Amino acid sequence: MKVLIPTPLRQYADKKDAVDVSATTVGEALSQLTQQHPDLKKHLYTDGGQLRAFVNVYLNDEDIRYLEKDKTPVSPTDTLSIVPSIAGGRRN
Amino acid sequence: MEYDEIRRHGEDTYPHECCGVMLGLMEDDRRIVKATVRCGNTRDDRPQDRFHIDPKDLVRIQRQGREQGYDIVGFYHSHPDCPAQWSKTDLEEAHWIGCSYVITRVDKRVAQDTNSFSLEGTLEEDKHFEDEGIRVETAVAR
Repeated sequence: MKVLIPTPLRQYADKKDAVDVSATTVGEALSQLTQQHPDLKKHLYTDGGQLRAFVNVYLNDEDIRYLEKDKTPVSPTDTLSIVPSIAGGRRN
Repeated sequence: MEYDEIRRHGEDTYPHECCGVMLGLMEDDRRIVKATVRCGNTRDDRPQDRFHIDPKDLVRIQRQGREQGYDIVGFYHSHPDCPAQWSKTDLEEAHWIGCSYVITRVDKRVAQDTNSFSLEGTLEEDKHFEDEGIRVETAVAR
């Protein structure tokens, strides 16, 4: 399956915009991704091993938080998208 | 033209903040914007001074961009009746290091300054905005 890498993280994935992994769950897919590209790990995970709060992971069009998170099953034709949050606002 | 479209979006949503995505190409240390995509602002609790783009929209836009050969190169939003300068909130909520953040001041529904800032750094802990110039190029009909 394919894991899409967002623009800011490509420098840590040999400049690739997508990485192929072989996995049966989301957790396995992300684990393989960080094994192939270890520098990605600190950008995706806290020191405690949790996905950083601003890192959204989508399995096709679904947020994994509303599926089974790391345990969500995946198939070879699925796409995992990593999308950091975007928000902000003017001074009060 | 994308520059005008970004500014127009801010006028259309006034007195609320507009927000959107810039698609294009990275060329050395420049971001070349080829298209903009208007997004909805999910902060309907306080849209006059906050914006948030649904990550589901980012997934869709990223996919559409890939089909066109484009990357997400940045984001834009507006500041109603407030300077086109990044705020503490803008920095706290910015996570696309290496991308451009464009802000337009809109006063009484008329776009004023538009400024762009590059989000620099290596990690969340050292991220910071740096001023960057905007160059607007007009396509020439042949």
